[in-house]
Amino acid sequence: MVERQTMSKKSPYTYLPSDETKIRMLHFMKLVREIEDRIEKKLYRQGRIVGGVYVGRGQEAISVGTAIHMEKDDVVAPSHRDMGVFLMRGVTPRRIIAQYMGRRTGLTRGRDGNMHMGDMNYNVIAFVSHLGDNVPVAAGVALAFKQRGQKQVALCYNGEGATSRGDWHEGINFASIHKLPVTFFINNNAYAYSTPMELQMAIKDVAMRAPGYGIPGEVVDGNDILAVYDSAKRAIDLARSGGGPSIVEYKTFRMTGHSAHDDAGYVPPELFDEWKRKDPIVRFERTLLEEGALTQSRLDEMQKECALIVDDAVDWAEQQPYPAPEEVTKDVYYEG
Amino acid sequence: MAVTTYIDAIKEGIWEEMEKDESVFILGEDVGIYGGAFKVTKGMLDKFGPMRVIDTPISESAIVGAAIGAALVGMRPVAEMQFIDFISCAFDQIVNFAAKCRYRWGAGVPIVVRGPSGGGVHGGPFHSQNPEAYFFNVPGLKIVCPSTAYDAKGLIKAAIRDPDPVLYFEHKYLYRRIKEDLPAEDFVVPIGKAALRREGEDLSIITYGAMVYKALEAAEALAQDGIDVEVLDLRSILPLDEEAILTTAKKTSKVIVLHEATLTGGPGGEVVARIAEKAFEYLDGPIVRIAPPDTPVPYSPPLEEAFLPQTKDIVAKAKKLAAY
Repeated sequence: MVERQTMSKKSPYTYLPSDETKIRMLHFMKLVREIEDRIEKKLYRQGRIVGGVYVGRGQEAISVGTAIHMEKDDVVAPSHRDMGVFLMRGVTPRRIIAQYMGRRTGLTRGRDGNMHMGDMNYNVIAFVSHLGDNVPVAAGVALAFKQRGQKQVALCYNGEGATSRGDWHEGINFASIHKLPVTFFINNNAYAYSTPMELQMAIKDVAMRAPGYGIPGEVVDGNDILAVYDSAKRAIDLARSGGGPSIVEYKTFRMTGHSAHDDAGYVPPELFDEWKRKDPIVRFERTLLEEGALTQSRLDEMQKECALIVDDAVDWAEQQPYPAPEEVTKDVYYEG
Repeated sequence: MAVTTYIDAIKEGIWEEMEKDESVFILGEDVGIYGGAFKVTKGMLDKFGPMRVIDTPISESAIVGAAIGAALVGMRPVAEMQFIDFISCAFDQIVNFAAKCRYRWGAGVPIVVRGPSGGGVHGGPFHSQNPEAYFFNVPGLKIVCPSTAYDAKGLIKAAIRDPDPVLYFEHKYLYRRIKEDLPAEDFVVPIGKAALRREGEDLSIITYGAMVYKALEAAEALAQDGIDVEVLDLRSILPLDEEAILTTAKKTSKVIVLHEATLTGGPGGEVVARIAEKAFEYLDGPIVRIAPPDTPVPYSPPLEEAFLPQTKDIVAKAKKLAAY
């Protein structure tokens, strides 16, 4: 296992994004934050979203810094805290809000809520609540790529909580045996609902399990988008070039409860304070301002743009029809 | 025309589909080098190569999960459970992933999960089960249970071509005991269609799988006593062929529902309910269920024989119903 000291002052990165890509990544991180803030702090509390809400506040660098490397025909199986994946695949904020509001034009046409959405037109596989189930499924996608001799990769996302499930083990083991083109990303946000790391596993890093599968594992600062970008590129390149799967573990922190109804009273407040100082968006903004890749006025504009995009998405979504009651029995099976 | 056993019919069906469609592949425990615990996949590794005949670790969840992932990007996987009892290890992937994709987000999952089910071979509690009832209550799945070599071949082909997940429960007791001449040309048996195995006027036995033969034996015995029995083989239990069920119930007015899955919560209850709801006025006696008792499948021969419905039990209950 390669343990990288990405907090080091020495330039630790093999790959650095262009300024243009950096701005693009910042845009998506800010858009994720804006959408999820709106969903959790406004629409949910106002009763305009009726079901569960799970956000990835504080984890935006992970989905954005990994999914940026996807090629058009790559397939992704995100988890419930990876909003950036959907946006980067081209799913519009309008349809995402419609999804949360149970409207007919949401990705699941009202059949499922929140982050339980997918669409093979975007090559995004919908998450199920049974954590870790997407690991064998992503391995199967990669198996098909290998069978057909395609240079595509599958990306699979989970929190550290999901890694305690048997499906996670079975899927990674199977992918490792066959050197399948799939990369497993772990957003280790320190809690599985209320359960801290030390009650989930007797090791400090999920990536320590990688040698047990005969594959590379790496622990990365998940709140440093440049470290995420670099590590993800190396892992995805490895998979794409026939080198097989790897586990990349991003250390981060869930800056919310498990879901919108959870006040996270079990998390020591000083942890929130500590991780607030490591906010991946604020940190990246500071870097870009210092580098001169961004000006304060451009940053202010980006903030306004994101707010307008989400305003528009909410307005649009609220105009969308609910599914008709008679649709309840449709599409259980193929209907032609 | 060549005489083909039930097990070879399954194999031929898979083989022909693999020859015809490059997206069809098989995966499972010991299916490659070894040719499968029962040899359903014998010779396939040599013919189709290791990319299409995949030996897996003992990981039923990964077998089905990988099948789902491959299916989502256009493949047609056929996943083998070495014994169908082990399908419980893949339950979550089947019921929460495969069965719900289309309804939730419009993604078809054309997979087949197949394996040897059923008792009568002294397999004991973990190599004899009939797990169809576990899945019967899962919208999005199809379930087939062939009883003849013709259906074994026609249904595996239909299952592979089907756009939705199909559980194909083959009966290991029938593997080498049942054989028939099969047509040389390509054919499928439609999923969801029952077959009348014997026509009769006095009483209907609605059944599937290996119990079809017990029903036919009972019908022969009952004919000696002048009781004319009709035997309906469901072939598919999800979806049920409701039309065929109601037609036979209305015709004979007396119905026995027979299966090898245990009694309580078994698929027979649903058959009974449909008849009670939709053909009540036609009935001329209580609907009778014949199924194993609510116990695990026991190992020792006297126990297993007591567990499985026997021809004499069917005859006795049929006589009583006929006289009602």
